[in-house]
Amino acid sequence: MSAITRDEVAHLARLSRLALADDELDHYATQLDDIIAAVARVAEVATDDIPPSSHALPLTNVYRPDEARRSLTPQQALAAAPAVEDDRFRVPRILGEEA
Amino acid sequence: MSLTRKTAAELGALIASGEVSAVEVTQAHLDRVAEVDPRVNAFLHVAAESALEQARSVDARRAAGEELGPLAGVPIAHKDVFTTKDMPTTAGSKILEGYRPPYDATVTARLREAGLVILGKTNLDEFAMGSSTENSAYGPTRNPWDLDRIPGGSSGGSSAAVASYQAPLSTGTDTGGSIRQPAAVTGIVGMKPTYGGSSRYGLIAFASSLDTPGPFARNVLDAALLHEAFSGHDVMDSTSIHEEVPPVVEAARRGDVAGLRVGVVKEFGGEGYQPGVINRFREAVDLLESLGAKVVEVSCPSFTYALPAYYLIAPSEASSNLARFDGMRYGLRVGDDGTRSAEEVMALTRAAGFGPEVKRRIMLGTYALSSGYYDAYYGSAQKVRTLIARDFEAAFHQVDVLVSPTTPTTAFPIGERADDPMAMYLADLCTIPANLAGNAAISVPCGLAEEDGLPVGLQIMAPVLGDDRCYRVGAAVEKAFEDRWGGPLLKEAPSL
Repeated sequence: MSAITRDEVAHLARLSRLALADDELDHYATQLDDIIAAVARVAEVATDDIPPSSHALPLTNVYRPDEARRSLTPQQALAAAPAVEDDRFRVPRILGEEA
Repeated sequence: MSLTRKTAAELGALIASGEVSAVEVTQAHLDRVAEVDPRVNAFLHVAAESALEQARSVDARRAAGEELGPLAGVPIAHKDVFTTKDMPTTAGSKILEGYRPPYDATVTARLREAGLVILGKTNLDEFAMGSSTENSAYGPTRNPWDLDRIPGGSSGGSSAAVASYQAPLSTGTDTGGSIRQPAAVTGIVGMKPTYGGSSRYGLIAFASSLDTPGPFARNVLDAALLHEAFSGHDVMDSTSIHEEVPPVVEAARRGDVAGLRVGVVKEFGGEGYQPGVINRFREAVDLLESLGAKVVEVSCPSFTYALPAYYLIAPSEASSNLARFDGMRYGLRVGDDGTRSAEEVMALTRAAGFGPEVKRRIMLGTYALSSGYYDAYYGSAQKVRTLIARDFEAAFHQVDVLVSPTTPTTAFPIGERADDPMAMYLADLCTIPANLAGNAAISVPCGLAEEDGLPVGLQIMAPVLGDDRCYRVGAAVEKAFEDRWGGPLLKEAPSL
């Protein structure tokens, strides 16, 4: 039985903001299925009594003094932007037609 | 002897004493790049002008009587995943083609402060995802030992540049083996420092809990000098550690193993390992014993689960980290014709800008983090991470360092695993545990496999903050092998 269907891959692509063609979906469905089948082994040893580690270091809540420092100028920050208008990033519409 | 054949330590001393100028050294390396890189493709960008400018500044400072650091004027190749404000930074991706960052990474800034001369930016698997450098959007880098084979990855441009004498030093980043594996398959030294020991600020993020900048060099001492030059606490990286940089240069100069307890990881060897790799590894273990180390076998049973855990954790973090490449503030933007919404433009941009491996990993990570699958996949992988740290802890009660082959095989032919992700992932089998637990680990050359005459690496793993032990053992092994071989392993490489 496959771990992941083509429809699920299409859903993942939407969540991931990847506009994939139909043939790509088929290709990735097969590959992701193989990978997921192989990595699912982790469940064999992950028993309830083992605490999860999200990180290699026991660091939590790292703070530094809240001091004002020099930062990028608007020109520097916008220098690599695909589109700029009035010292701002110009982006395509973010609301629906009827909004 | 040609300047490009010298070690970084030798070049630094020659420049400091005034025997040669930094400009001469830099020009010799730029000439070498022009001569061999059309065949190797290690560099994505060569910064001849700014390199010569930095070299002139080092020469001027020396002439003014300023005391220079050990690497001032020494050329370096810089992995194109660190931001550089005067050079393009692409991470090997089309989505960042031509991108010029407005700031320097901390590692970049520290290279400049040490007077190192950045020759240019090196090729890599896109966003450092891969083990062969074939996933670069700018074509594969070739292994100087055999131009039809991979130089390892993801830092394959950096390993190939050093192995082909285009630079004595280079930088890399190691998330699952991306420094140690390319070092092993090109016959050079590569070190993954303790996690948090080198700054991630300005390193384009792949998997933030694993990414670690580290050095490549043709010998252990040079690697230690570079390690020391760019490591240490950085206020701009919240996971940077406060502890002093371990005494890596002193350890590299010392290089002895008498009385040291060395553990051979029982789980790494056997099926899937090339016989020549196993043979060279066994010889290295015998050598350590002959040098006075106490060798024992150590079992780390959870290490066999490290690879599957990594391929859940790293893609999960990547799926989140790479969300920033949306075509809105920098980089590629596709399909913005006035009719499409921002969301549609993002999806078209990312589909056009990311290569297949990056897309695979983003979707895999999105899957592992989805509601309903999270506990079974990402949650379980995090538990395996705990088990691996416990295995290391138990092992380091018995021994001072652990050893294994760095990779199961030597460099494979370009194209062989390109469309078989699981086969590609196996290249990192032995290197991943140290990333999951944050340990220090190094790869040093230990000979050529008899089947194909290609280099084999010995991996030496030490506890967190035990970076100096990697250099101490690495230097001892290097010295003994070079005595046996009559020089460095790299002298066996074909001349390009």
